[in-house]
Amino acid sequence: MSELVEIRWHGRGGQGSKTASLLLGKVASDLGLNVQAFPEYGPERMGAPVLAFNRISEGKMTLHCQIENPQIVVVLDATLLEVVDVTENMTPGGKVLVNTSRNPQKVREELGLEPGQVFTVDANKISQEEIGSVFPNTPMLGALVKVGKVLPLDDFREMIRDEFASKFSNKPEIVEGNLNSVDRAIQEVQGE
Amino acid sequence: MSKRVALTGNEAIAKAMQQINPDVVAAYPITPQTEIVQIFSKYVADGEVDTEFVTVESEHSAMSAVVGSAAGGARSMTATSANGLALMWEIVYIAASTRLPIVMPVVNRALSAPINIHCDHSDAMGARDSGWIQLFSENAQEAYDNAIQAVRIGEHKDVLLPVMVNLDGFIISHAVENFNINEPEKVQEFIGEYKPEHTLLDKENPITVGPLDLQDYYFEHKRQQSEAMKYALQAVKDVGQEYGRLTGREYGYFSEYRVDDAEIVLIGMGSTMGTARAAVDELREQGVKVGLIKIRMFRPFPGEELARALAHVPVIGVLDRAESFSNNGGPLFTDMHVALYGQEHKLYDFIYGLGGRDTNVSHLKGIFSMLQKAKDGEALDRVNYIGVRE
Repeated sequence: MSELVEIRWHGRGGQGSKTASLLLGKVASDLGLNVQAFPEYGPERMGAPVLAFNRISEGKMTLHCQIENPQIVVVLDATLLEVVDVTENMTPGGKVLVNTSRNPQKVREELGLEPGQVFTVDANKISQEEIGSVFPNTPMLGALVKVGKVLPLDDFREMIRDEFASKFSNKPEIVEGNLNSVDRAIQEVQGE
Repeated sequence: MSKRVALTGNEAIAKAMQQINPDVVAAYPITPQTEIVQIFSKYVADGEVDTEFVTVESEHSAMSAVVGSAAGGARSMTATSANGLALMWEIVYIAASTRLPIVMPVVNRALSAPINIHCDHSDAMGARDSGWIQLFSENAQEAYDNAIQAVRIGEHKDVLLPVMVNLDGFIISHAVENFNINEPEKVQEFIGEYKPEHTLLDKENPITVGPLDLQDYYFEHKRQQSEAMKYALQAVKDVGQEYGRLTGREYGYFSEYRVDDAEIVLIGMGSTMGTARAAVDELREQGVKVGLIKIRMFRPFPGEELARALAHVPVIGVLDRAESFSNNGGPLFTDMHVALYGQEHKLYDFIYGLGGRDTNVSHLKGIFSMLQKAKDGEALDRVNYIGVRE
């Protein structure tokens, strides 16, 4: 990967889109890539639509503006599809990853995209079963690395363990659950 | 060996403060600076620093406390943003006039009203004439490096002035970027032990600090302050070079990017200069001769050096992330006019990004395009507002 990859996260306040973007940034940095991870800070309300961003590149990055044309869009909450244009300004051929129990073809048709552009995974169900609560951000991170091919998958799985251990140092009991969520999302994410 | 880390700008500053290990930190939280003192207070609680951490009831008290501790000979730091800096204002001047080398990161944010917590430089510009040395940072790396160098610059025996280390609110303070941090021992070796020549606590050599100073001597003290700012020019240069030998990252008053054969140059400060560099690269690929100057040291203002660097450039655009309401352009524009007085350049101001308004590559290419037209003889307003609805 030499080209700059730009990712936009759509979530609702409290779902962890910021945390997911920061975790991705930290792991990518540990793997020697240049990174940026930043949320859009608007009025912070639980449940309100929020954005977070990642830039990842082998080359040096000096941009300090919001991402205009993402190649990858991650949607942490499927209800946002009805209220936000998640594909706005996405680059042609860009990929959309959605947290939903529905199959990718249905979502793709709704979004008006081409086959191969849309991926889905039921991150709510995975996190409920593995962590015990709905925390879609960590499984979505696993699915993103798999379908977006932004990092080598094995390296990512190794490094994310350390990040979880440090992030959840006061709640070590949820480290395994988060790791299992990542692994299951990698297995269960579907394209067409 | 330096270590590669991925941290937010606030974490970068807190890390620099941990490695500096100041004697006293007095601080009050304010968004977007809060994390700095929050993280630093954890270092204090965990015994990772020897700092006396004073939690005060306001920024006015924070600055007052570090004025006291610095006058007592302690290496002293605080941090603030926007309205917090505005509330400090009275004591900010006293810190400089009393010649106390306090170091203060300022996470740049718009001043109210209307209430806005996002980035612009209006807070730092309010302190422009306070007598502090003001350094600006483009990214987390520079914020970290500037904080460490600030200690040496301010404490230099010919300078003895407080130093403000500016970094852009949210854009840098809350964004994770990868950068290099130094080994803690290297930082301690670089900043050295602080041995002030005169302190309130030196009972063998008693001094008075902050007395009444009327028509008889006030002017002389102000004149000495101006002289100290001249010495600061040398100190900033020397410390920047020494830091370069230590880390491979040398710092000067400003940095030039593709200026040598440029016909149009943009000049500004802070995080947007990184975005502007991408715009310069895109336009250069199309054969347009554009360049960029990023100012790191805003006070003292390196006017003579900038005039030399820009001598061959016919058209210059100034990026101001603050409005001065003078109807005469932003603060940087005014300084640039003075620096280039009597020269033949065409000079235009572009006020941008107030209250955190996003400024992207398209905006910057638009500015270059306006300047290109001005170069070709078309009329262009002296002061322009970028990315605003009107």
